[in-house]
Order: sequence, then C-alpha cells, then structure tokens
Amino acid sequence: MKKYLLAVQFDESAPWPPEEDLRQRARTSKVTADMQAAGCWVFVGGLVGSHATTVVRPGNGTTTMTDGPFAETKEQLGGFWVIQCDDLDQALAWGEKCALACGSPIEVRPFEDAHGTEHEDV
Amino acid sequence: MDLDGIYRAEYGRCVATLTRLLGDIDLAEEFVQDAFAVAVQKWEQAPPPNPGAWIVTTARNRAIDRLRRESTREARHAQALLLRQPDELQEVGPVRDDQLRMMFTCCHPALSPLARTALTLRLLGGLEVAEIARAYLVPEATVFQRIVRAKKKIRDAGIPYRVPEAAELPDRLTSVLTVLYLVFNEGYASTLGRLLRTDLCLEAVRLTRELAELMPDEPEVLGLLALLLLTEARRPARVGPSGELVVLAEQDRSLWNRQLIAEGHELVRRCLRRNQPGPYQLQAAINAVHTDGPATDWAQVLALYDQLLRHTPTPIVALNRAVAIAEVHGPGPALAAIDELDLPGYHLLPATRADLLARLGRTAEAITAYDLAITLATNDTERTHLRRRRARLEREA
Repeated sequence: MKKYLLAVQFDESAPWPPEEDLRQRARTSKVTADMQAAGCWVFVGGLVGSHATTVVRPGNGTTTMTDGPFAETKEQLGGFWVIQCDDLDQALAWGEKCALACGSPIEVRPFEDAHGTEHEDV
Repeated sequence: MDLDGIYRAEYGRCVATLTRLLGDIDLAEEFVQDAFAVAVQKWEQAPPPNPGAWIVTTARNRAIDRLRRESTREARHAQALLLRQPDELQEVGPVRDDQLRMMFTCCHPALSPLARTALTLRLLGGLEVAEIARAYLVPEATVFQRIVRAKKKIRDAGIPYRVPEAAELPDRLTSVLTVLYLVFNEGYASTLGRLLRTDLCLEAVRLTRELAELMPDEPEVLGLLALLLLTEARRPARVGPSGELVVLAEQDRSLWNRQLIAEGHELVRRCLRRNQPGPYQLQAAINAVHTDGPATDWAQVLALYDQLLRHTPTPIVALNRAVAIAEVHGPGPALAAIDELDLPGYHLLPATRADLLARLGRTAEAITAYDLAITLATNDTERTHLRRRRARLEREA
C-alpha cells in the first residue's frame, strides 16, 4: 500500500458564504466517511486561514519568526487528507471526490516511503 | 538480416512484457537492450523464427542471473516479482496485453501531454531519443529529460501498469487516442519533404493498428484508425513535383493509395453499424466521403460536420465546417460562419477567410488576410502555398 496526501488548495481571496460553507463541510465529511468505510483513510484535518500562520526560519544556529504564510499567494493549503491505497489511479479517484466536495483544486502527492512495498514482497 | 526492422517491431512489445515481469520500466529497457546486443552476435545470418520470444526469454534469463547477484532494493523487488511467476513456460514471449498496459501507462493523464508523446514513441515505438528530438525539432537533451522525468513520476507516484477498469476506460482511452492522433498530425502537418516526419505518421498508424487489434470493440479506436488510414492514403498526392502543397480539390486522385482507402472505408462501415458515433468516427466518415468516387459529396460532408460540431464544439471544427458551407451554400454564408471565431495565432483561420473573400471578389481584404496567414504559418511548404495563392490573386486583380 502507498500513502498519498490530498491537499486542498483553497482560494482565500474568495471565501464561501456561510450557508455554502456548511454544505461544503457536510460534503467533505461524507467523503471522509466513505474513505473510512473503504478502509483507506489515515488522517484528515481542516486548517484555520493563513492569517493565523507564523513562519519560523532557521539561520546561524538560531531562529527568527515572521507573521503570515511562507508565500503570499491567493491559494493556500486549506486542509488535507492522508489516504493509503494500491496505486495512483485509486488516489486520483479519491482526489476527484474531494475536489467536487470542496469545490477547490486538490493536489495529489505520494509520500516518500512509496517504495516501502518491499516489506510485503520480499 | 534486418536487425533494425526487428528492433523497431519488437522493442516495444518486449519492453512491455519485461516491465510486467520486473515491475520497473528502466530495468525492462536495460535488459531488452542487453538481449538485443546478444542477438547481434548470436543471430549472425538469420534471426530465430520468433525473434520477440527469443528477446524476452534472453532478457528474462539475464535479469534473473544479474538480479540474483545484486542486493539493491530495486533488484530485490524485481527478483521477488520474477519468482512469483513460476508457472511461466521456459520459453516466454511478448504478451499482447502488456502492450495495452504500456499504452495506458504512457498516456496516463497524470503525465504532461508532451511527456506522454515522448514516452509512447520511445517505449512503444522503439524510436531513439535522437529520432524523437529530430522529428519534433527540439534538442535531444529536452526529450531525454522529459522521458527520464516521466518514468520517475510513473515509479514514484505509483502510476499503475494495467488496463483501466470499465468506469475509467472512456476517459483514459481518450488520452491514448489523443496521443496517437497528435503523433500522426505532427508528422502529417509538416511531413513535406522530411523523411523523419513520415516516420511519425507510419508509427502512429502502426500503433493505432495494434490498439485496434487489442480493443476491437471500441468504436472510437476503429474510428481513429480509419481516420489515419484515409488521411495517410492521400499523402502521395499532397505534394507536387517541386515539393509544393496540393490542396484536396486539385489532387491527382490516381495517386491515392487504394488499398488504404478500401481498408478505411470498411472500418467506417463497421463503425456505422455500431451506431455509437464519436469525434474520431465522424472525422473518419468525413474523410470517407472525400475519398469516395470521383468528387466530394459536399452536402454529406456538411451534414457530418454539423454532427461533429454538436459533439465537439471547438473553433477548429467550426472552421472546417465553414469550408463545407462554402461548397454547399456559397462563400457568403461561410464567411459569416467564421466571423466570430477566436483562434489566435492559427494561420488557417485567415487563410480560409482569404479564400472566401477572394471568391466574393473582395480582393483587397483577401490579400490582407493572406498576408496575416503567411506571417502565422509555421512551415515553409504551407507558407509557399499561401504566397502562391496571394500572387495569383494579385495577378488576376
């Protein structure tokens, strides 16, 4: 099994009206429940807006802190799922469900231990 | 002995089967190349009766030998896969389904469109990186990088090596057909005078033929094959004695390849019987009308374009439809039909406008449109063709 990150690229410049926000939350909860039922769910989390973000940077053995997200772009990480499945096609199928539920683009990215199949094979 | 011919015909099949056996495209390529190197020495005068099976068996045996001695993770993984197939006969050959798997993997929508084309030509067509680079007029390093990156993504992202399930098949098949169509088009649109470009057309036809054999029940696959055959059939008439472009209406029909046309027509009839029209089948049907009898039945072509436009409402289809409108209803209505089209940078829009304006006697406007088309045209043959038309118009004015 491989693990995949499904990251929600949320457009913060155009927030949802409250009633649409509720509907969207209901839709994403449903997707999470489906993942759990399918046995591929690992983690899910929604994030507070990027206004609440602080960046901690290393330098010369010490650190500095700055307010705000790392990159000031319109689209910010809004939340994410972690799932495990056989291959990219399965991950993309969940990605499609997530994108429709969120109304936002989803970045599908494999975790680094992707080659870890050797434990089962050898 | 035609080793080049065998290589071109068998490379893709062998790599596809070895990829399944070893679970890795790079390893598969390495051992298939290895086996061909052995073949050069062993075959001497004549190849074995089934060269593909010989290559696969040799590649597999060499893979087993070497992987046993190695202990990298890739080697252990590949060895485990090999050992899991104890039932395979001693003599193994290329498995046809593997090629289908490879086509779907190479044309996976998670890969960039350019990577899909390069991978398909390299892994399925057996074209060398240098050949692909020359055909697409890009530096070799660019093609090489694109292929390396795509293979890395296939491995790291876990793009599966299998034929998609029924639910995803229509979308995924479209992606495969698009790649084959684009390869052909790249060869056809700029074929003139360049042998390598002709290779792209032939390769696209060969791969589409194989796909049609593997998926004989998919009407759009048959449609694409028919479209390519009927287009390819007219190629000998498309270029004049001094390398100039000859338009359909002025082509010497006796130069057309009758055998390909007959094959294309038969495929179109098979599609019609199925009655599940799609964009490739409709384009094939249009080309069947063009290649039927001594002259084109334009009313039928227009009816097919109407259907195609409903299916695929793109400005390119609308532009081609306008050419049929001009033949059936005259240049005035055709000009009205393309007035609103937005195709920035596409030379055939002003070229078609110029043609229609000239037929309406609006010479000055036609010349301006030809000038724009000449600036936008990307290949010399087409540019020369447009200049000739413009000059003829000026002489007549």
